[in-house]
Amino acid sequence: MRTEDLHSLTGAYALHALPDDERDAFERHLAGCVTCAQETREFAAATARLGLAETLAPGPVLKERVLHRITTVRQVPPDGGTAQKARRAAPRGRGLARWALAACLAAAAGLGGTAVWQYERAQDAAERAAQAEQRAETLAGVLAAPDAESRTARLSDGARGTLVVSEDRDRAVFLASGMAEPPQGKVYQLWFDDHGTMRSAGLMDSGSTSQAVLMEGAVDGAAGVGITVEPAGGSEQPTSDPVALLSMPA
Amino acid sequence: MKEAVHIGRNPSSQPDLQKLMREVALGDQDSFAAVYDAVAGSVLGVARAVLRDQAQSEEVAQEVLVEVWRTAPRYRPERGTVVNWILTLAHRRAVDRVRSVEAAAARDHKAALLDRTPEYDEVTEQVETRLEREQVRRCLRTLTDIQRQSVTLAYYRGLTYRQVAEALALPLGTVKTRLRDGLIRLRDCLGVSA
Repeated sequence: MRTEDLHSLTGAYALHALPDDERDAFERHLAGCVTCAQETREFAAATARLGLAETLAPGPVLKERVLHRITTVRQVPPDGGTAQKARRAAPRGRGLARWALAACLAAAAGLGGTAVWQYERAQDAAERAAQAEQRAETLAGVLAAPDAESRTARLSDGARGTLVVSEDRDRAVFLASGMAEPPQGKVYQLWFDDHGTMRSAGLMDSGSTSQAVLMEGAVDGAAGVGITVEPAGGSEQPTSDPVALLSMPA
Repeated sequence: MKEAVHIGRNPSSQPDLQKLMREVALGDQDSFAAVYDAVAGSVLGVARAVLRDQAQSEEVAQEVLVEVWRTAPRYRPERGTVVNWILTLAHRRAVDRVRSVEAAAARDHKAALLDRTPEYDEVTEQVETRLEREQVRRCLRTLTDIQRQSVTLAYYRGLTYRQVAEALALPLGTVKTRLRDGLIRLRDCLGVSA
């Protein structure tokens, strides 16, 4: 798509009126387009006013549910500290790219951050933060890779899964939206399909129905990706039929 | 913002919301409850405006509000106000829900889109019947018919611009441009800045 065409998509983007593939293309454009980013922010402010005009009075039950729910939902770590430093140190273009990538991640997963921290082990916070940032960087790198290809599939119950693969980087990211929570004590596990043999690619965050997950390990020529429901902590090999199978994007 | 919104809660209370968000980012549940009180009605309103269905709207609102808690540490004031951030998230989630429901319906009904051709008047009527929507109404009126129809179909119905083009029998390029022109007018009329 030509640049001027992409630029004209700010309105459709702010209204969430772009199909997934065009949204991805626009977000890549946004990474290097200062005026688009500014216009997008202004449009978000305008559409927020449309939303404010729809304000209703929610019942007390919603508040009870939400306030109860947050007591069990872990917050994402901030992405401020090191990213800020890197932004100051980096050339301007790169800083903007990082900014837009964060926005892209948020948009791609339909949430304000990524959920790549579900594998936290008992490590000290600094190491954990460094690892988290590393994962986030890698994840962002895959999504922004020039050779990134994606494939979206409808999963059950209206959930949607998008697989993004960069052949150059040999890594894959799985974006889920609207997934049902796994049953109590269970977790979604991701697998690479090595032409019939399933190889674990890590767990999804069971507390979140929409997330972006950097798949563990190299793609290494896998034919596809599967998701199964496994006991908490995950399994060596799948113990149930996959809830979803996606072949690698062409 | 130049003018107050007639909704009983003044969006210029943003400094407070930003302070609250900083506390929420540190895990303060009381501050989250205060943020909830400030935005929950609008989050539900956005979801309801797009989804029409009360139960689904509440589900989406709950999802969005929990997401606000979860991702509060990532909120950056320089990318927009708290309200803009949250209502953008709410709209996106509501639209995602509409599309997944429509996709499910489309499997049964190929003509789903045609069956659902929106009634434009109904959209604008609903916006226009409430007193507190006066300003939005006034500003939507500054748009051309095509701009307004395009923007309302996208915002209130969650249609993609391709679906808008189909519904209005317009070329794709025209709809893209009208969505942008329409938002420019709306932005200028509402006096928003970012």
